[in-house]
Amino acid sequence: MGAKRHFRVWRGDETGGDLQDYQVEVNEGEVVLDIIHRLQATETPDLACRWNCKAGKCGSCSMEINGMPRLGCMTRMSTFEESETVTVTPLRTFPVIRDLVTDVNFNYQKARETPAFAPPEDLAPGEYRMQQVDVERSQEFRKCIECFLCQNVCHVVRDHEENKKAFSGPRYFIRAAELDMHPLDAKTDRKDYAQASMGLGYCNITKCCTEVCPEHITITDNAIIPMKERVVDRRYDPIVWLGRKIFRRDQLSEGDGLGMSGLPQADGHGAEHKSGVNWHREVPAPQVAPVGDDGKLPISEITFDRAGGPSPFGDDVTFPLPPEGLNYAHPDRDK
Amino acid sequence: MATRIERHHYDVVVIGAGGAGLRAAIEARLAGKKTAIISKSLFGKAHTVMAEGGAAAAMGNVNSRDNWMVHYRDTMRGGKFLNNFRMAELHAKESPSRIWELETYGALFDRTKDGKISQRNFGGHEYPRLAHVGDRTGLELIRTLQQKIVSLQQEDKREFGDYEARIRVFQETTITELLLDGNKVAGAFGYYRESGEFVLFEAPAIVLATGGVGKSYKVTSNSWEYTGDGHALALRSGATLINMEFLQFHPTGMVWPPSVKGILVTESVRGDGGVLKNSTGKRFMFDYVPDVFRKQYAETEEEADRWYTDPDNNRRPPELLPRDEVARAINSEVKAGRGSPAGGVFLDVSTRMSADVIRKRLPSMYHQFKELADVDITKQAMEVGPTCHYVMGGVEVDPDTAAAAGTVQGLFAAGEVSGGMHGSNRLGGNSLSDLLVFGKRAGEHAASYADALTARPKVSTRDLETAVETALAPLERDGGENPYTLQQELQTVMGDLVGIIRRKGELEDSLVRLAELRDRVAKVSATGGRKYNPGWHLALDLRNMLVVSECTAKAALEREESRGGHTREDFPTMRPDWRRVNLVCSLDGDKVRLEHKPVPRMRAELIQLFDRAELAKYLTDEELAEFDALAEEAK
Repeated sequence: MGAKRHFRVWRGDETGGDLQDYQVEVNEGEVVLDIIHRLQATETPDLACRWNCKAGKCGSCSMEINGMPRLGCMTRMSTFEESETVTVTPLRTFPVIRDLVTDVNFNYQKARETPAFAPPEDLAPGEYRMQQVDVERSQEFRKCIECFLCQNVCHVVRDHEENKKAFSGPRYFIRAAELDMHPLDAKTDRKDYAQASMGLGYCNITKCCTEVCPEHITITDNAIIPMKERVVDRRYDPIVWLGRKIFRRDQLSEGDGLGMSGLPQADGHGAEHKSGVNWHREVPAPQVAPVGDDGKLPISEITFDRAGGPSPFGDDVTFPLPPEGLNYAHPDRDK
Repeated sequence: MATRIERHHYDVVVIGAGGAGLRAAIEARLAGKKTAIISKSLFGKAHTVMAEGGAAAAMGNVNSRDNWMVHYRDTMRGGKFLNNFRMAELHAKESPSRIWELETYGALFDRTKDGKISQRNFGGHEYPRLAHVGDRTGLELIRTLQQKIVSLQQEDKREFGDYEARIRVFQETTITELLLDGNKVAGAFGYYRESGEFVLFEAPAIVLATGGVGKSYKVTSNSWEYTGDGHALALRSGATLINMEFLQFHPTGMVWPPSVKGILVTESVRGDGGVLKNSTGKRFMFDYVPDVFRKQYAETEEEADRWYTDPDNNRRPPELLPRDEVARAINSEVKAGRGSPAGGVFLDVSTRMSADVIRKRLPSMYHQFKELADVDITKQAMEVGPTCHYVMGGVEVDPDTAAAAGTVQGLFAAGEVSGGMHGSNRLGGNSLSDLLVFGKRAGEHAASYADALTARPKVSTRDLETAVETALAPLERDGGENPYTLQQELQTVMGDLVGIIRRKGELEDSLVRLAELRDRVAKVSATGGRKYNPGWHLALDLRNMLVVSECTAKAALEREESRGGHTREDFPTMRPDWRRVNLVCSLDGDKVRLEHKPVPRMRAELIQLFDRAELAKYLTDEELAEFDALAEEAK
C-alpha cells in the first residue's frame, strides 16, 4: 500500500470544465497513467482517457502533466516530489471531447493532405535495393509514434486556431522530410511542397517539438532545418530570383508556388473539412525569416538572446493581432 | 425506436485496424469495393505496433539456403504439427511477396550489405528470416499500411473529389453485434466511443481482424482492446472457434516495476546474443532442451556462443527454443526458488555486447528499460518473466479464403482472431507475416463474396432493437457491480486457474467461477453518460471476455496432454492421438459447446518434407505406417 498523493485532473467537455482534486494511492514504480487507471477503477469509472500499449510505443496517452506535454505511461511518479501536486490536463491545442480526451482529427486531416510515397515506376516489388546508411535518415522519422505532442506544443497552432488551416505541423514536416530523404521516392518536389502547401515557413525553430518528442526524434535539426535551408537556397538563388522578377507569376513553374510572401496562398488546401473544424480565417501574411548573405537563416543559439530564431512575423508583432488588422470574413456572410 | 442510429452502407466492413484489418481493407478497396475500417482506438494505434522482432518471410537474403519449404517445416514444428497445414503452406509461400509489396507502399526495412532487406535470427527459425526495422518492426508495418490507405484515399480524392469515396476509417468505434439475415451477414452494429452514439453498418461481407484475448489475463502484454471481441462476435453469429486452449505466454515480459508487469521484452534480445540466467548466475536453458529439439540446439555454452558468428557449423543456443519451452523453463526456475528479486529471471546483454552495439541494435528496449524501470541494459541485466501474449486459437476459417466455418456466410477472419495457422504454438515473427498473407486473402475473398451475391442481405429491425437494448443496459441498470472489479476478478480466475501450467481441479474450479461471473456480468452497471465513458465500454466488453474465457477453460480441461501453449501438470507429455484432434467451440443458446474434430491431414508432398525420425515424435503408429507406405511408393 503506497502513500496517498494529491492529484488534480481536468474534468469536463467542450462546454467547459475544471480541475478536480483527488487523493490517490501511489505505489513504487508507478507512472501517471497508472494513477489515472486507479482513479477509474475506484472513484471515477467514467474518467475519459486514451491509452493502449502502456509502453511508450503507441502514442495514445498524450496529456499535459504539470503543464508539460507528455505521455502518461512514460512519466514516472518518482520524478515528482512526495508533496508535489500533480496536475493533469488535456492537450491544449486540440478541442476537448471529454476529460483528457481531445479531438485530434486535425492531425489525420493533415496526414491526408501530405502527398504519399511515390513508388519508382521501373522497379518491381522485391527489386528495391537501398543502402543502410541511406535508409537510416528516413528511419529516424519513421520512429514517430504519432502521439501528436509536437503538434500540441507547437506555438504556431497552440494558441492560434487560425493558423491550423495553412500549417501542417512538425509531425508532417518529418513525414515530408522522410519522403524527401527516401532513396527511392519518385516525387522530387517535397521541399517546395512543404514550403508552399504545408506552412513550413511558419516554423521559427524554437525546437519545442524536439524537446517534447518521446521518441527523441531531432525534428528541428534533422528534418525542418535541412528542408528550410534547401528551400531558402532555392528561393534566394539569384537566377531564380531574377526569373521571378522578370516573368509574370502565371509563367512561373507550379512547383515553385511560393507566392510573394514565401508562405502558402490560402487557396483551398484543407477547404473541405466535413467534421466541423473551422479554419475559415485568412491568415495574416507574415514575412519570411530574414536570411544572411549566405542565403541561410542566421540561427545562432549561442549568440542570440533567446532559444531559437526570430519570429517570422517580425519581432515587433505580438499576438493576438488587433481585430482590425485581420482580414477575417465570417463564412456565413460570404454567401 | 427512440434512439438515433446512424446508418452506413458498405460492401466490405473490416472490424479491426491492426495489420490484418488494414491489409484486408487495402485489398477490398483495390478490388473496387466500398470499404469501411472500424477501429476501437485511433487509427494507427493498434497492438501491431507492439510487435518488435520482425516479419518472417523466407526471402533468403541473408542465408540463401532458406526457402518456403524450410519455413513451412519450422512453422509446423513450432506448432507441434497441430497447425492447419494448408495455412502454414500458404503462409510460407506468400509471405515474401507480402513483404516486398510493403516496400512499394514506402516501408523502410533494415538492409543487408548488398542493399536487400536484412533478416534476423529468431526463436524456432532455422535461418535468419525476420525482416525488421531495429526493434520496432510492428510500428513500421502499421504505419506503412496506414500510409498506403491514405495514398488510396488521395487517389479517390483525385478521382471522386472525396477522400472517403471508397475507403473510410471509423476511429474509436466499437462493434457490439453482428446482424444476420438468415445465415448471411447483413451488418454490424456498434457505438462511437467518443459520443456514445450508435451506428449501423449495413454490409454483406465482414472481415474480423480484432486481435486476441489477452486482456482476460492478469499479466499480459496486450492493451485494453484485446477483449476477444471478434471471437465473441463470431461465436454469436454461428461461427466456430478452434484451438482455444492454446495461449502463448511470451517468455520475456518485464516483471518490474509492477505497473509495467507484462510488457514485452523482444525476443531479438536473445536472437542478438542475450542470455538467460538464474539467481545463481547459471545459464539454465541448457537443462531444458526437450528431446524433440535435442538435435538442433547446442549442448555447451561454447558451441552456443560460436553460433552467432558461424551458424552453419554450430547449433543454436537453447535461449532460442520456441517460446512455450522458454516460458516453461523460466516458470520452473522461479518455482524452484532460483528467480530474481521481482519474481523473474535475468536476461543479460550487458556482458555480451558493447554498450554502443546494444543501443544500435535494441534501441527501443534500451529506451523502454531506461524510462520505465530506470535500468540501463548496457550495464545491468533485465528481470523478465512470462506474460500472456498471443492466442493461437481463434475463428475456424477456410485456409484459402479466410471465410469463417460454421453456419454463417459472409464472415471472414484474419490475423490473431483466426485460428489454425499456428497450431499449438506460434513462432516469433510468424504473426506479422500471417496478418499480411491472410489479411490480403480475407480482403480479396470478402470482396468476391460480396460480388457474387445476387441480393443484399437485410438487417431486421428487431435485431437492431435488441442490439440497442443490450448496449444501453449497463447504463440503465442501477446497483450492479463496477465493471473494473469484475474485470479484475476475471483476470484473476484466468491467470491463476487457466494460466501457463494447468491442472484438472483448477480448471474445473475456473468453470464454476466463470459461471458465477457470468451471472454478475449480466447485472453489471456503469455510471455516467454515453459520451466517452470507459466504464460503460468495459461493461460491454466484459461479456465478450467472459464467453471467450469459457471456451479457453473448457478446451483446456478437455485436452489431456501438454502441447505448445497448453501445459497440463497432470498430463505432462505430448500424445500423438491428441495431435489428430482439434477442439471446436460453438455457441448453443448462450452455452459453449465443445466438439472434437479431426485435424486436416497434410498432403503427401508436404509430409515428405520431413524426416521420418522427426515425425516419429509426433505421429501415431498408424500415421507412421502410412508415411512409410508413401515413402515406399516414391522410390
